[in-house]
Order: sequence, then structure tokens, then C-alpha cells
Amino acid sequence: MKLTLKIWRQAGPQAEGGIRTYDVDEISEDMSFLEMLDVLNEQLINDDEEPIVFDHDCREGICGSCDLMINGEAHGPEVTTTCQLHMRSFRDGETITVEPWRAAAFPIIKDLMVDRSAFDRIIARGGFVSVNTGAAPDAHATPVPKENADRAFDVATCIGCGACVAACPNGSASLFLGAKITHLGELPQGQAERDTRVASMVAQHDHEGFGGCTNIGECTSACPKGIPLDVISQLNKDLRTAIRHGH
Amino acid sequence: MVGVATATLVKNSRSTRSTIALKLLMAVTGLVFIGYVLAHMYGNLKAFAGHDSFNEYAEHLRTLGEPLLPYSGLLWVIRVVLLVSLALHVYAAVTLWRRAQTARGGTKYVVKKNKHSSFSSHLMRWGGVTLLLFIVWHLLNFTVGKVNVTGGATNDPFNLMVDSFSVWWLTLIYLVAMFMLGTHLHHGVWSAGQTLGFTNSARQRLVWKRAGLVVAVVVAGGFSLVPLGVLTGVISK
Repeated sequence: MKLTLKIWRQAGPQAEGGIRTYDVDEISEDMSFLEMLDVLNEQLINDDEEPIVFDHDCREGICGSCDLMINGEAHGPEVTTTCQLHMRSFRDGETITVEPWRAAAFPIIKDLMVDRSAFDRIIARGGFVSVNTGAAPDAHATPVPKENADRAFDVATCIGCGACVAACPNGSASLFLGAKITHLGELPQGQAERDTRVASMVAQHDHEGFGGCTNIGECTSACPKGIPLDVISQLNKDLRTAIRHGH
Repeated sequence: MVGVATATLVKNSRSTRSTIALKLLMAVTGLVFIGYVLAHMYGNLKAFAGHDSFNEYAEHLRTLGEPLLPYSGLLWVIRVVLLVSLALHVYAAVTLWRRAQTARGGTKYVVKKNKHSSFSSHLMRWGGVTLLLFIVWHLLNFTVGKVNVTGGATNDPFNLMVDSFSVWWLTLIYLVAMFMLGTHLHHGVWSAGQTLGFTNSARQRLVWKRAGLVVAVVVAGGFSLVPLGVLTGVISK
């Protein structure tokens, strides 16, 4: 495949950025999107140019590191992560625009790489359960109804990639927040800290400068894990309950 | 402006100060408006029952609750509730709108596709501004100022209404406003349900989205019947 790539280049956090155009040839349609960028980077290194910086780690669709806005869609046209997006999803000769996630809370580090540590700080404010560790308890010691276990498991697939924020016109991280709140709220272990968790995580979300949710659903359509919009309803319900309990 | 992440953890979280609390405020005040427009729309349909019936209804609104309430007492209670709701609704909307603009960051995407959001949801903010301007005019037209653009009498509610809708551009303003109200309700009803935490499954989500569509069509359609009735001559003096 032959492709024209329009890629956002930015030397550093404060530097002025802009779109640069590159041509790549002999791209296999079985390559992942990141492998295609690897080919381009080798080409740039051979030409004594600076390679394009982008985030990636497991390349198996489970770590949440990769984060590219491809032709105006977070993670590109398929419901998957950028690393699991293959070049067969594009046409030969196509022009592809690649941009970093854009949100005030995700400042650009360089080129296509953004700082998503705001998510880490939200997790640090309650995205866990406090229990004494030690010998692993018996698996059947705490029974969990199947419905709750299924819902908790489905939303626990959130990998914290930030596609929801990138796609949201309000720059809101409500889908991410909702996934974490629902995940722990469905389980018995999550009940003790349920009110303080939602109050603290929402306060941190707002403090980081993310926007409010307008329930339009761009986030869920961008989510590589298909997290549904009802987690945001659950988040709202949990916060409403926390307010009633005086938090 | 390039956003700079604030690498600090919030110490004292107050849920009542959160963006979600503002959304709850919007949802609750929004439900007040939904109840009001349903009642208002139903009352307007009295126009099809003729001059006397419509004017009696208008007068009845003022004597409702008597002798427990003074003349026009209930109307004033409703007016105060609506005004307070409006102030809170607009305050929350403006605060969240400004916040969203900052949160999006200074640089726009070169290419950005919208894949899921409805037409109605895109009209929420400017549609809201349109409705606010319309409400000011509407009150001047029929309540506070009683402006009769044809120069006729203003002390007869039915005749003022027929005179108003016999002017083509006024009818157009009302129909455009009802379109905006319809789209606002279409997204707003569902959005309120979601914000209040009533849509915790795919089925509940579908129910609230359908409810939004039904309320939008019933309210905007019901209101529009009156000016359309005057336009087609079904309602006349």
C-alpha cells in the first residue's frame, strides 16, 4: 500500500506544532497502524530526520498506552486500540491525518505523545479498595451475584487510554470515571468506600480541568473496549447518593 | 493556551461543588420546565374551543386555588418557581459551557468526526440561547407588555393571540422557536434521566431516549397547532 500521512509534529510541550506530510510505500495491509509508523520512523532515521514520538507498549490492545486520533476518530475507524488497528482498514493511496489526543488535561509532551497522568491521579483518589493483603482468600468466600460480577467485569475492561476524553467535545473524562466507579461499586469489596470514592474521584476529575458531561455519547463510540453510556448514569447516581450522605 | 496538568491531589472533596452537581441542578430545573410546557401546551389547545372557552380558561387560571390563595396567587407561585429555575438552569449551563471550552484545550483537531451525537444534542447550547431570547419576546408579547403588532386591542387574550398569529413573520418566529424547543426537549429529557442516574441499563437508556422523542413531538407539535390553526383559518375571531 502507498499512503500519504499528515502527522502532527511538535518539538516540546511549549513549542509551536503543525501538520507535516510524509509518504510511505510498500506498506502491508497486515501491518498494525503502529508498525506502519515504525516503517515511517526507520525511513526518517535513514534520512537523518528526527523520528515521530508516539506512545505504545504492549501492542496487544490491553495496556492503554497507544493513543492516536486517526482521521478524526480516536483509535481510528474500528472499535479497537491503535495497536490492534490494521492497515487493511484503509485504502491504497489514502491520505491519513494523525493527531495527538487534545484536551487541556492531557498536555502534549512531544509530537503525538500526551501526558495522561491526570488519570493516574484520579485513580489515586479512590480507584481501588483498601484491604489488608496476605494469604489469598478462598474464591467463594465473598459471593457475588452473577449479574453484578458480569457488569463489573465488562466495565473493568477500561484500559484508561483516554479515547473518551479525546472524542468528547467537552473534554470530559466521565466515561473513564464511570467505568471505575461502576466496576468497584458492583462488587461487595467496593461498598465500604463507595461514597468517599465517588466524591474524591469526581473532585480530582474537576480539579484536573476535565469538562462536564452533556450525555451525547461521543465517548462510548470512541471507546476501544465498548464501555456503555450507562456507567455515566451510575456515576451520577453514586454522586447523588454521596451528596445525600453528606459528602 | 496549552493546558498544564496540575500535579496535585485534591484534599477536601465537596460533591456539591462538582460539575455533576451543576448537571443535577440543570436536570432538576429542566424537569420543572418539562412539567410546565406540558401544562401550558395543554392549556393552549383551548384555542380550538373558541373565543369564550379560551378566555374563561385564562381567567380560571387566576382564580385557581381561591379562596385559599389570593387572586392570581397560584400564577405567581408558578412564576416565581419558573424564574428561579430559569436562573439556575442558565447559570449551570453557562458555567459548564465555559468549562468545556477550556477543557477542550486551545488547539482544535484538524480532522474530527462526530459519530454518535444526535442533531438535537448539537443544538443544546445555541438552541438554549434562542429559547431564552424567545421567552423574553413571548412574555413581552402576551404577558408583561401585551404587544399587539396589528395595533388591535390587548385586553382580550383570545383576540390578541389570533391577531398575533395573523402576522406571517410572528408565526414564523413561533414555529422556529417550537422547533428549537423540540430539539432541546429531545436531548434534554434523556439527558436529565441520565444525569439523575435513571438509565443504568441499555433498556432504561432506550426508554428515556424514546421518552425524549415523544415529549419533544407532543410539546412542540401541540404548541405549533395553535399558530397553524390561525394560519389555516380553523381558529378565527
